[in-house]
Amino acid sequence: MSFFVETLVGGLLAGVMYSLVAIGFVLIYKASGVFNFAQGAMVLCAALTFVTLTENGLSFWLAFLVSLAIMIMIGIAVERLVLRPLVNQPQITLFMATLGLSFVIEGLSQIIMGASVHELDLGILDVPVEFGPIQLSQFDLVAAATAGLLVAVLSLLFSKTRIGISLRAIADDPQAALSVGIRLQVLMRIVWGVAGFVALVAGLLWGARQGVQFSLTFVVLKALPVLIIGGFTSIAGAIVGGLIVGAGDSLAEIYLGPLLGGSVSTWFAYVLAVVFLLARPAGLFGERAIERV
Amino acid sequence: MSLRKPWQAVALAVFALSLTASQPAPAQEAKNQYVPLATYRVGAYASSGIPVWAGAIDYFRYVNEVEGGINGVKLFWDECETNWDVEKGVECYERVKAGKDGSPVPIFLPHGDPISKALTEKSVADKIPLVTLAYGRTETIDGRVFPYSFPVVFSFWSEASSVINFIAEKQGGKDKLKGLKIVTLYHDSPYGKETQTPLAHLAKTYGFEDIQVPVPHPGNDQSAQWAKIRQLKPDWVFLRGWGVMTPVAIKTAAKVGFPVDRVIGGIWSGSEEDVRPAGAVAKGYLAITPFPAGADFEIHKKLKEHILDKGLSDLKDLKSFGSVYYNSGVNEAIITVEAIRTAQKKFGARPINGEEAQWGLENLNLDDARLQEIGAVGLQQPLKLSIKDHEGGGAGKVLQWDGAKWNVASDGWVRSDRELLLPLIYERAAAYAKEKGITLRSEAVN
Repeated sequence: MSFFVETLVGGLLAGVMYSLVAIGFVLIYKASGVFNFAQGAMVLCAALTFVTLTENGLSFWLAFLVSLAIMIMIGIAVERLVLRPLVNQPQITLFMATLGLSFVIEGLSQIIMGASVHELDLGILDVPVEFGPIQLSQFDLVAAATAGLLVAVLSLLFSKTRIGISLRAIADDPQAALSVGIRLQVLMRIVWGVAGFVALVAGLLWGARQGVQFSLTFVVLKALPVLIIGGFTSIAGAIVGGLIVGAGDSLAEIYLGPLLGGSVSTWFAYVLAVVFLLARPAGLFGERAIERV
Repeated sequence: MSLRKPWQAVALAVFALSLTASQPAPAQEAKNQYVPLATYRVGAYASSGIPVWAGAIDYFRYVNEVEGGINGVKLFWDECETNWDVEKGVECYERVKAGKDGSPVPIFLPHGDPISKALTEKSVADKIPLVTLAYGRTETIDGRVFPYSFPVVFSFWSEASSVINFIAEKQGGKDKLKGLKIVTLYHDSPYGKETQTPLAHLAKTYGFEDIQVPVPHPGNDQSAQWAKIRQLKPDWVFLRGWGVMTPVAIKTAAKVGFPVDRVIGGIWSGSEEDVRPAGAVAKGYLAITPFPAGADFEIHKKLKEHILDKGLSDLKDLKSFGSVYYNSGVNEAIITVEAIRTAQKKFGARPINGEEAQWGLENLNLDDARLQEIGAVGLQQPLKLSIKDHEGGGAGKVLQWDGAKWNVASDGWVRSDRELLLPLIYERAAAYAKEKGITLRSEAVN
């Protein structure tokens, strides 16, 4: 029984790591309706920038601030140079633009900062902590706490601040929001800046776990089912989706994998996603689109 | 046929010229030897590849600059970016196979296990040897069935067997293997599954328990696999990873409290690029390799003097000089150069084509004396190839990471049980030949 509990809790904590990446997608989708495929590339770029700066002698916090400033600048540039010219274009056009953007960011990051693998030590021990009969990772607990804090702060931003209310207004009806004087372009820059911040946090935690390297972009593959399950417009949904994917993956790998004779966690999360799509197309916490016909 | 308009004549001339250009010129006409390099300098595996090309290119430059080429025939090369993708790798092969500037292609280095598998049959049709150092299909060792595939030095089966023999060395003898529990944590891909058959065979022979645990690509989360390993309580873990899978495995082992000095990485889990991202917890981690790390070999002293110190190195980051992957590139280049040199003895001191290089490879004999001359004693194991044996070596050294560098932890080269495994390998090759209707080549020395 303790093995089952340990696998379950380990999976839940691993899922939180995917949630961190998924939150970045939610932010931009919630505010602009754009599915930003480049979020994974932003995670890589943020972590690579941070580690390059620290390796060149900058202190942790200075490197963090400079990396954050760079990510915000990238966000502003994306909004100004890519998305603004595509306003009123079909969703698929915007999606394809972010797809192309992801390759540009990945390629430029490697050209400018190199393709080497870097160690990233955040000073958080990744050693087991005993909780009775089960063992948990100290690092995973810190990551879960970080994700929880991030959700709380972003939820407050969206529900209690003027910026958040304006963003919700834009998401609901951009034309109406513009007509009442909400400055769409400024808000879009803010959202992309916040997404850059989330990418930096996710990049640091994932980079500390696996090293800062190109494969950071692969974590996006697991963030997609998280989004489908949690809903594209809910930050809390990203967390719940991550927990479901993490736990489902771990349990399936242990109990289903041996029966099928191979690893299942590559696709099991997508099975869950399809089941949720069939039962609840907008995800657990996503907003259902209501259109007048 | 009359050409009514001048442009038709010009078009015909251009067409005729382009046809001529695409044909490989006879080897005798060219003065320099072309060696194409399929590389991946961008993408997920670039960090592993970049030191490999540096090692190979530095050695080629050394041969040109210091030795004046191979018997006066200088080497020239260009790179084709594969991104480690099969499609791009095959495209690169198709692009370069006709040769360049009059020189034919003697050897193609696919640099990617899936790419080498995709090219197995094409290389036979084109008569271009594929040299796959420590990767590729193991049964291609049998050159009677696979005339143009050369999984030289250390096949995956030899890798698995040498790891078991190292464990036996540590346990105090092969009889002590009985009853041990050995988990193989493998990349869930054809590459990762390559050692399942030999391990099952060795487990049956020596009486250890062989447990296989797959990790899906790319392997950036292994919580479930290591929870299972913790529950199984194995004596040893054999880690067959690639890319990000290795540092994540090391970190997750530490996370669940499994001792990393009981984890032995495979060939492609044993580089500096694999352990550095794992940080301090990687200290004590073991890995087997046919290209041990170190910059103290004689050849490295020559490379440093003539290439690095003169600013001619392909390395951007000089701390990779003597790293595992850099040395793999040096080893690969030594084998390529020596195969061409061997072929030149029969066909003359001129650029060699694929068919001639096949002869050079099958008659290659890198004995101690030759390794001494090159300065590669300890870096490269003695290597003798034949039609029936395209592997030749079959041993690896086990290295241990001390937190800053690799040190040799085994008693020299750990030999594999080739005698035990070769009959099985030939059996599989024969089955392939039967399935494809291939007539076996004669074993007689040509």
